[in-house]
Amino acid sequence: MADAQAESAGEGWQNGQLLSMRDIHKSFGEVNVLKGVDFHVGSNEIVGLVGDNGAGKSTLIKLITGVHRPDSGEIYYKGDSITIHSVKRSRALGIETVYQERALADQQTLWRNMFAGRELTHALGFLKVREQKDRTDKMLREHIGFTSKAITTDSMVMSLSGGEKQGVAIGRALYFDADLIILDEPTMGLSLSETRKVLDFVQGIKRRGKSAIFISHNIYYVYPVADRFVILDRGQVAGEFLKKDISQDDLVERMVLLARTGKLD
Amino acid sequence: MLKSARIRELRLELSILAVLVVIYGLFFSLAPNVFFRFDIYYSFMSTIPFFGIMALAITLVVTLGQMDLSFPSVLAFSAWIFGKVFEISGNIWLALLTCLAVGVLAGALNAFLVVQVRIPSLVATIGTMFFFRGLVNISAQGKGISLVEAKGTFFYELCVGRIGGVIPAQFLWFAGLAIAFWFLLNRHCFGSHILFVGDNAESARMMGINVKRVKTIAFMQMGLFAAFAGILSTLEVTYFWPSQGQGYLLTTLAAVFIGGTSVYGGMGTIIGTFIGALIIGSLEAGIIAIGLTGFWIQVIYGLIIMVSVSIYAVLLRKRGEA
Repeated sequence: MADAQAESAGEGWQNGQLLSMRDIHKSFGEVNVLKGVDFHVGSNEIVGLVGDNGAGKSTLIKLITGVHRPDSGEIYYKGDSITIHSVKRSRALGIETVYQERALADQQTLWRNMFAGRELTHALGFLKVREQKDRTDKMLREHIGFTSKAITTDSMVMSLSGGEKQGVAIGRALYFDADLIILDEPTMGLSLSETRKVLDFVQGIKRRGKSAIFISHNIYYVYPVADRFVILDRGQVAGEFLKKDISQDDLVERMVLLARTGKLD
Repeated sequence: MLKSARIRELRLELSILAVLVVIYGLFFSLAPNVFFRFDIYYSFMSTIPFFGIMALAITLVVTLGQMDLSFPSVLAFSAWIFGKVFEISGNIWLALLTCLAVGVLAGALNAFLVVQVRIPSLVATIGTMFFFRGLVNISAQGKGISLVEAKGTFFYELCVGRIGGVIPAQFLWFAGLAIAFWFLLNRHCFGSHILFVGDNAESARMMGINVKRVKTIAFMQMGLFAAFAGILSTLEVTYFWPSQGQGYLLTTLAAVFIGGTSVYGGMGTIIGTFIGALIIGSLEAGIIAIGLTGFWIQVIYGLIIMVSVSIYAVLLRKRGEA
């Protein structure tokens, strides 16, 4: 049994699947959020995970990152089982996430937020403050490109605009050089130029040979940057399309139909 | 100008320092015969540390967004254990160990109720406050324990001896612990986790911080330092009495809040608590010294608390964001 599992997992990795989720079920109390979902991400692939509110997208990615555990089903990453899993382990494996909630602490400085949960420390646990501040500064200037002199590593998150906060959350994910970057509604509340920046980030991920899961309501943002679309509806996968097989308008139409009738065609 | 966290903290700490300066300015000018002599400071140094040390420890708990009302009772119960074990065994080091262990376990009980059973800490610790006071009542049966035999031992000197014949050792403990707590909260990984969890526990969880463990350790260290304060206050008079600790609840919390630590969590100032303790600890004697009757004490406490926390509310509100 274990051998067969290992073999199939190995197969998954050999097939170039970075992430493979099989028959995932998840409930919270009485609410059945995921009802048998199969989901995978390939190497150097941008997957657009789309669907209405309540479809289960955020829950699905929290299973990947170890925030929650599936009630049943299996998850493989690079061929290894990560069904039972923690946030720490997911980061060690090279999975980074920009959560919808952003996971920033408002009253804390940027240099604390950058390294939240993975602080750089000396032997007894004392922070390497100088190093954390320097690296945060580097991240701000190079990766996010904050040119404003007003934003420093000592700035509190609460004094940043929505777009700047998003920039910090994304910059944090990119900085740690993940192989799989998950972005949950990263353009929410952003201006047009800030949204443009986010989409550029995502395209940059593709160029660097990494993979990403891009969750958004907005097909018009997802379509240009994704390679494949997975439509989640009420806890199940309603459909999957490769970009080359479907036009943007067609995809939009199908989504509208789905919302109205519960079916894709 | 964008708010730097450091500047915000600095403002709070400068405010409380200003309050201290103003109060002592009044004391110096209205009661110079008392405040220009060493005696009163000797008295302050002997007494402030008992609640001051607990104020430092509880600053971590409040920064976490939690509350602990049980510490005066934990102080008393662990002090009883200290006295009893010493009385029975004659070994003060054994008494020390058991006393601290009891404090830590009491903290663990609080942690269990808050973290595992998920009772809000304010409510849970009201329960444990009564519970541990009750344990003291049952155990002590209204009787005190004499620790006169401890006087003169190395341990006694270490805790409450007069360093250089002048400085009460407990004050050095208080100052030393203030420095240690500052480093813990501001320069240690654990402190960073406390700030994060107090600020946004969900974010902390998503970033892989073990929220349950942070809370558990915070409550356990509170119990530890309540026990330590119990040892100090017991040794100072070489006597354990059953109502020990009573009266420390509000002074300890007042010291923390006038020091500037936010009751909402996510921000804490050890310097503020230290100065807050100095203020609260010297207020009563100072008020009498300047000629007001004891009746004035409560209203002045109240005024200082209201003024300080109002200043902080205004300072913190100036973020420009809800």
